[in-house]
Amino acid sequence: MEQRTLTFSIFRYNPATPEITPRMQDFQLDENPNMTVFIALNRLREEQDPSLMFDFVCRAAICGSCAMLINGRPQLACKTLTADLPDHITLMPLPVFKLVGDLSVDTGTWFRQMCETTEAWIHTDAKFNPKAEEERMDNAIALDIYEAERCIECGCCIASCATANIRDDFLGAAGINRMARFLIDPRDQRSPAQVFEVMGTDEGVFGCIGLMACDFLCPMEIPLQTQLALVRRKMMAAALSCKCKH
Amino acid sequence: MKWQDTHITEVLVIGAGLAGERVAVEAASHGHECTILSLVPPRRSHSTAAQGGMQASLANVAMGYGDNPDTHFEDTVKGSDWGCEQDVARLFVNLAPIAVRQLSYWGVPWTRVVPGKKVLPDGREIEDLPEKEGLIAQRAFGGTAKWRTCYAADGTGHVLQYSMDSMVIKLGVTVHDRMEAVALIHDGEKCYGAVARCLRTGAFRAYLAKATVIATGGYGRIYGTSTNAVINEGTGMAIALDTGVVPLGNMEAVQFHPTGIVPTNILVTEGCRGDGGYLLDKNLHRFMPDYEPVKKELASRDVVSRRMMYHIRQGYGVESPYGPHLWLDIRHLGTEHLYTNLREVCTICGNFLGVDPAKDLIPVVPTQHYSMGGVRTNIDGDAYGLKGLFAAGESACWDLHGFNRLGGNSLAETLVMGMVVGARVADYVKEAVVDFSPPLVSDAVKQQEARVQQLMASKGTENVYALRKQMEETLLNKVGIFRNEADLQEAVATLADLYARSQHIRLRSNGLGPNPEMSAALRLPGMLRLALCIATGALNRQESRGSHYREDYPKRDDANWLKRTLAYWRPGADKPELQYESITINELPPGDRGYGEATGVTQLGD
Repeated sequence: MEQRTLTFSIFRYNPATPEITPRMQDFQLDENPNMTVFIALNRLREEQDPSLMFDFVCRAAICGSCAMLINGRPQLACKTLTADLPDHITLMPLPVFKLVGDLSVDTGTWFRQMCETTEAWIHTDAKFNPKAEEERMDNAIALDIYEAERCIECGCCIASCATANIRDDFLGAAGINRMARFLIDPRDQRSPAQVFEVMGTDEGVFGCIGLMACDFLCPMEIPLQTQLALVRRKMMAAALSCKCKH
Repeated sequence: MKWQDTHITEVLVIGAGLAGERVAVEAASHGHECTILSLVPPRRSHSTAAQGGMQASLANVAMGYGDNPDTHFEDTVKGSDWGCEQDVARLFVNLAPIAVRQLSYWGVPWTRVVPGKKVLPDGREIEDLPEKEGLIAQRAFGGTAKWRTCYAADGTGHVLQYSMDSMVIKLGVTVHDRMEAVALIHDGEKCYGAVARCLRTGAFRAYLAKATVIATGGYGRIYGTSTNAVINEGTGMAIALDTGVVPLGNMEAVQFHPTGIVPTNILVTEGCRGDGGYLLDKNLHRFMPDYEPVKKELASRDVVSRRMMYHIRQGYGVESPYGPHLWLDIRHLGTEHLYTNLREVCTICGNFLGVDPAKDLIPVVPTQHYSMGGVRTNIDGDAYGLKGLFAAGESACWDLHGFNRLGGNSLAETLVMGMVVGARVADYVKEAVVDFSPPLVSDAVKQQEARVQQLMASKGTENVYALRKQMEETLLNKVGIFRNEADLQEAVATLADLYARSQHIRLRSNGLGPNPEMSAALRLPGMLRLALCIATGALNRQESRGSHYREDYPKRDDANWLKRTLAYWRPGADKPELQYESITINELPPGDRGYGEATGVTQLGD
């Protein structure tokens, strides 16, 4: 393979120096075999500009820290091979989330808020008995819960969501999938009506306009379209069964 | 400093991985106010990367029938090469089943027992009984007599962290992420909290607390080549050491995991071998049975890693541009098994190597993975040296693991020790009051601010990234799996030189705000102090025990070295001061591990 020189156009802004307005900055870098955007950004920081801000943690595509717009598409930088990209690579921070600086955004606050809104924990009246054997569960159900629990909160689905880009309170595919995870968990005792309060709204499933970029872009390949349909059906059923009360 | 930014809480937990969150949840459920500081949002913590599982002797699966805490205890002590505290190990094995079941109550989707007859990869037929259906399933891990490792498909650490964090959110525990503790506030007797640097703004603030808990995980990144996440730089251990009165225990005990992939060093789980995977050499020969006829690929990690490196040194490694490696073969486990119970392994191999483990071999080499050493605590989690300071998880030396940790015992330790230390902290703060001396606090903050100002004004010539690279290479090449006096002396000298030079770093950027070069420059001296504790401890310990293997002293020496290293860094010193303490051995006297050089080599010659 012919050695390429790549041009990275990177969004720059440091909130500590507000007098310098946001701008794009170009860097050149010789490509190495097996180079990922993780390797490239670290080399740029160590060799060319030590002030460059970006986030990586696991560098193995399991922690969800490094999502960014790579040539306009939200994806995890750590597992994106430069070999799959053209000579000119544009890197922008994810939209929707608050900017920390350069390519770094605050996904933590957004996801904590989402977890608080959806009350993303097991609701149960049962007390834990340290002396008792664990409650049994069918393995197929455990695997179904696990499938939804695989979300790594990277924010790709939120950044690519038309609704989330225009309304701050939309829970997005990540929020809907999180609710689906608790809906199928027999340990969670919330009633359909309780879930409807959160999810049967424009901030929940009915805010989705069905473009499905989330499903297309999820780096964990979680079947978000299916999860959305599941929660919609459950919410519709909940609405119909509650009708008489209104 | 701005006093109005000062944050006061009852319990300050530094680190939001599994250990830190478990401590906070325990303290919060006793009604105490907790604040957690974390470099990253909690769900990004390195705990999430643990794929394999956690050990607890539930005896739920066919190959685990008859298991009990006694067997778990024995495995753990042998694994530690008699370096662990046996009263701690006993407490741990008794509580592990409760911890695993409690996580089930909190929502972890543990993989469950499906009854029926099964054929193992080696041809043995087993049967999981119908009366165990739906209980938590368990898999095999290295160095264990029974299948004991509870797991959730391929992402145990991930689901544990998410369930734990859901409890943190439910209980309303305050979490300040992108907040790095850079110094403890103390007067030489008592700890009053910490100074932290905000990684959003670069500003310092004081956190004052009745109890401060260090739960910052390991330091893998000082080795450069490590399975650890890039945030694992040992900052919590470093700030404890910096107090001058809190010792780090057994820092020379560094675990290398047999299966880091080549290149990129990402871990593939021990579950690969636990589920029946093989290690092959360049001739595609399965070599582990030659060295370990009984345990084969499932001896303890220190032993398997050494056998692998020995085999490579004998010329059986597969050559590659990244150095020689061996192969991990899991093709025979079958597509269905691979794509459910080892899916993350398949994803990692696909993403980073472009190989499919159902069809292809995986290139692996032993890679720095875990720190048995850390902030020395007693059995309750109280740190030595400072009242009001505690530690839990990998950053602590409780000391459950001695000189080698068993796979599946680290996730279990985070949760069990988190439970124990959380309860201890809850008790402690009930009696304690928030009291502090304002000058002590402002001086601690000013000292950190002065470091920043000094770096901004530095006339030095040293480049932080260049120094860091030399530290990484020194540790990797001279303080690795095989150690000897000459290499270790060279390492200590090089690291001491780097430490001196780290006082003359000059930034190339302006250092303003959340500047990453400033963060790196502030951290490097602490990382070098840890490196010196490791290298000096390894140089002094003239024996081989667990992961600490000295080519010039290849035998365990219980007569002289059945003791724990304590490393102190006195104020203004340029090297650590080593002391030693005895190890609690109240149940199982030192003996043969049943695997490793003592037995394996003799049997090889037979």
